[in-house]
Amino acid sequence: MPRHLGVRIALVVIVVAVSIWYLYPPAKTINLGLDLQGGIHLVLGVDVDKAVEAQVERAGDTARAELEKRGIGVTRVERRGTAELTIQLASPQSWDAAVKTIDEVLPVFDRKEADQAAGRLGLALKPREVANIRDLAVRQGLETIRNRVDQFGVAEPSIQQQGENRILVQLPGVQDPARAKALIGKTALLEFKLVDERVDPETALRTGPPPGTEILYQRRVDKQTREERKVPFLVQKKAPITGRDVATARVSIDQNTSEPYVSVDFNAAGARAFSELTDANVGKRLAIVLDGNVHSAPQIRERIPSGRAQITGGFSTDEATDLAIVLRAGALPAPVQVLEERTVGPSLGADSIRQGIIAILASTALVFLFMLVYYRLSGLVADVALGLNLLLLMATMAGFHATLTLPGIAGIALTIGMAVDTNILIFERIREELRAGKTVRGAIDAGFARAFKTVIDTHVTVLVSGLILFQFGTGPVKGFAVTLMIGIAASLFTAVFFTRLIFDLIYMGQRKRETLSI
Amino acid sequence: MIELFRDPGFNFIGRRRWAYLISVLFILAGIGSMVAKGGLRYGIDFSGGTLIQVRFEKPVAVDRIRHALETVQMGESVIQEFGDDREYLLRLPLAQLSSEEVTRRTQEALAKDPELGKHEIRRVEFVGPQVGRDLQIQAIYAVLWSMAGILVYIAIRFDLLGGLASIAAIIHDVLVCLSAMSLTNREMSLAILAALLTIIGYSVNDTIVAYDRVRENRAKGARRKGEPFETQINNAINQTLSRTVLTALTVFFTTAVLYLFGGKVLEDMAFVLCIGVVTGTYSTIYIAGSLIVDWAGWRDRWVGKRKKVVAKA
Repeated sequence: MPRHLGVRIALVVIVVAVSIWYLYPPAKTINLGLDLQGGIHLVLGVDVDKAVEAQVERAGDTARAELEKRGIGVTRVERRGTAELTIQLASPQSWDAAVKTIDEVLPVFDRKEADQAAGRLGLALKPREVANIRDLAVRQGLETIRNRVDQFGVAEPSIQQQGENRILVQLPGVQDPARAKALIGKTALLEFKLVDERVDPETALRTGPPPGTEILYQRRVDKQTREERKVPFLVQKKAPITGRDVATARVSIDQNTSEPYVSVDFNAAGARAFSELTDANVGKRLAIVLDGNVHSAPQIRERIPSGRAQITGGFSTDEATDLAIVLRAGALPAPVQVLEERTVGPSLGADSIRQGIIAILASTALVFLFMLVYYRLSGLVADVALGLNLLLLMATMAGFHATLTLPGIAGIALTIGMAVDTNILIFERIREELRAGKTVRGAIDAGFARAFKTVIDTHVTVLVSGLILFQFGTGPVKGFAVTLMIGIAASLFTAVFFTRLIFDLIYMGQRKRETLSI
Repeated sequence: MIELFRDPGFNFIGRRRWAYLISVLFILAGIGSMVAKGGLRYGIDFSGGTLIQVRFEKPVAVDRIRHALETVQMGESVIQEFGDDREYLLRLPLAQLSSEEVTRRTQEALAKDPELGKHEIRRVEFVGPQVGRDLQIQAIYAVLWSMAGILVYIAIRFDLLGGLASIAAIIHDVLVCLSAMSLTNREMSLAILAALLTIIGYSVNDTIVAYDRVRENRAKGARRKGEPFETQINNAINQTLSRTVLTALTVFFTTAVLYLFGGKVLEDMAFVLCIGVVTGTYSTIYIAGSLIVDWAGWRDRWVGKRKKVVAKA
C-alpha cells in the first residue's frame, strides 16, 4: 500500500479547488496586457533640471524684489547653468547689506563667489535642495498626470514612477491614443501676459526684444487651406497671473459662434490680481499663453472684477474639454518627454488573442496526442497532469494578478512542451528499469526516484534564465518570463507529484502485475 | 510499445570533427551574412525609432505607400509587408520628429492618397535613443548573467570542465540562432532576446541528462573496466538519446505550432525558439559531449607532460 495516499489525494483536491476558486470566472480574473486588450504604454522622462531652473529663477526674482525693497540697487540677476545664480549689485557700497539680505531670503543657497570690489555674488542651490526639487518634480508630475487621467476617464489606468525620473503610464483600452498622449504630456503652464505694443513685433524680431519682453507666437490655422501661420507677439516676460491662480475650468459654448471655449474661474487671490491687472491696463491687450504659445490676445475693455476669464482660440470640443481638464489638474512642475511608447489598437489585440488561443489549443492537442500514442495509458496520465498544469498556471496568474501578454501566450505554449518533458524523463527511466528486469512496482519506484534529480536540474536552469529575463524585461517580455516560470514550477507538482499519485492509485494492490502501459 | 531508438549504438563522438565542421560552416555563413548586411539588424527596441503597423481595407502596393509618405518627407521609411498585402509595417529611424509628429504625418499622408483607401493604425511603437541604449546594455547583461548562473550551477553539480563545455554549447546555440536570424533577415528585438534566454536555459537540460548518465555509469563501475572517457560519453549519449530527442520533440511541436499559427507578431520569436530547440539537441551531443572529450584529452596530456617534467627534475 503506497504511503500517505489519503493526504496526497486531499492535497491534489485542495489545490484543484483553490485553483478553480481563484480562476472563476476567467474573463474577470485574468489580467490582459496592453498588447492583448489594446491600449497605451508610455514611458515619460521628467525634465527635472527644468524644475530646478524654474525654482532658481523664482528665487532670483524674490531676491531682486527684496533687495530693491530695501533700497539696494541691482543691475542684473541671472541664472547660470542649472542651479547657480549671479547677482550683480549696482554699487559695491551696499555689499554688506546685500549679503545680509540674501542670506535671509535665500537660505537654501550656498555662496560660491563673492567679489566685493565688483559687487558680484555667485550663489548655488544646495545639492540636497536640488535633489529635493527633482524628487518633488517627479512626484508632483505623477500626481498631476494621475489627476488628468482620472478626469479623462480611463478604466484601470496604471501610473507609476520608474527609476529616478521616469513615469510609466499604462492606459488600457484607450480609443484615441493621440488625444490621450497630448493630454498627459502637455505641461499646461497657463500664463497671462501683457502685450507690449510700444514696439512692433516685426521690428522686435529684427532688433531683438527690448529688455523684460519676449516674442511668443500664435499658431493660426486657415480653415479652408488648413495651412498654418505663426503670428508673433511681443509680450512682457513677467506673468502677473498663472495657472496656479486657477480655481476651476470648464467648457462652455459661445452663443453666437457656437464654438466651444474654456471658461476659467480664478481663486480669491487670482481674482484680486486679475481685477487689479485689468483695471490698470484698460485698452491694452492681454495674451493668454499656454506652454509658450499665445492662444489669444483679447483687448482689455474694462476692469473685470468677476475673477473669470475666457480662453477662446478655435478649439474643437475635444480640445476644449482636454484643456479644461489640464487646467483643473494643474500644470506639470517640469516638462515631460515621451521616451518610449507602445500603442496597440483594439483590433490587433483581438487578433492576437484569437491567434494565441489557436496556438495554445493546437500545441496542446499535438502534445496530448503524442504522449497518448507514445506512452499509452501512462501518456494519458501525463496528459491529465498537463491539463492540471495549465489550470495551476492560469490560477496562479489570477491569484497574483499577473498580466497575460502576447509573449506570455508564447510562454504558455512553451510550458506545454516543457511540462511533459518531466514526464518523458520519468517514463523513459521506468522503461529502462523494466528492460533491466525490474518488477512493475520496482520500476515505477526507481523511475521516479532516479529521474527526480535530473528533473530538478532541468528546472533550475530554465528558472535561472526565466528569473533573469523577469528582472530585465519590460511589459510584454516580463509576461513571457512570468508564464514560463509559473508553468515550469507548476510542472514539479503536476508532472512529478500528481503523476506519481495516479500511478500509485492505478497500480495499487496489483503487486503481481507484470505489464505496464507505458 | 513504440520506441524511437532501441539500444542505439551511434558513434557520435567518433564523428565529432564532422559536426565541428558543420557548426563552424553554418556560423561562418551567419557571420558572413551579418557582415554583408552591416551587422545584425536591430529592431526599434534596441536601435530606437518609430514603428507603425497599418492595415488597409484593400490590398496596396509598397510603392504606393512610399509615394504617399514622400509627400510628407518620410520617404526614407522602411516599408515592410506584414502577413499579407493589406498590412504593412512602417519603420522610421530616430529623428528630430517626435513620435506624435511621425504618427500624425503618416496618418495625414495615408488619408490624403485616395488610391490607398481607408486604413487603420493598429500599432505604434516608439523607442527613444536613451531607452534603446539602456535596453542594449541590459540585454547583454541578461545574456551574460544567465550564462554565468548556469555555469556556476553545472560547475557545482558536476565539474568545471562540464560547466565550461555546457557554456560552449550555449554560446554555440546562441550563435546558430543569431546566424539563422541574419540569414532569414530577421531583426533583433526584445521578444527575440526572451527567446534566446529561454534557449540558454533550456538547451543545457539535455546536457545535464547526459552528464548525469556518465556519472551514474561510473558509479556502476564503467571506469574500473578501463573504458576510455570518449566511450563513456558516447555510451551516455546513446543511452539518453531517446529522452533527449523526445523532450526536444514535444517542445519543437509547440514552437512550430506557435510559428505557424501564433500570428505575425510572435513569428520571429517562435522561429528562434524552433531553431534553438533543434540546435540545443544537436549541441548536447556534438558540442557539450564532444568538447568535454577533447578538453579532457588535452588536460590529461598536459598533466601527463607536467608529471614527466616533474619526474625528470
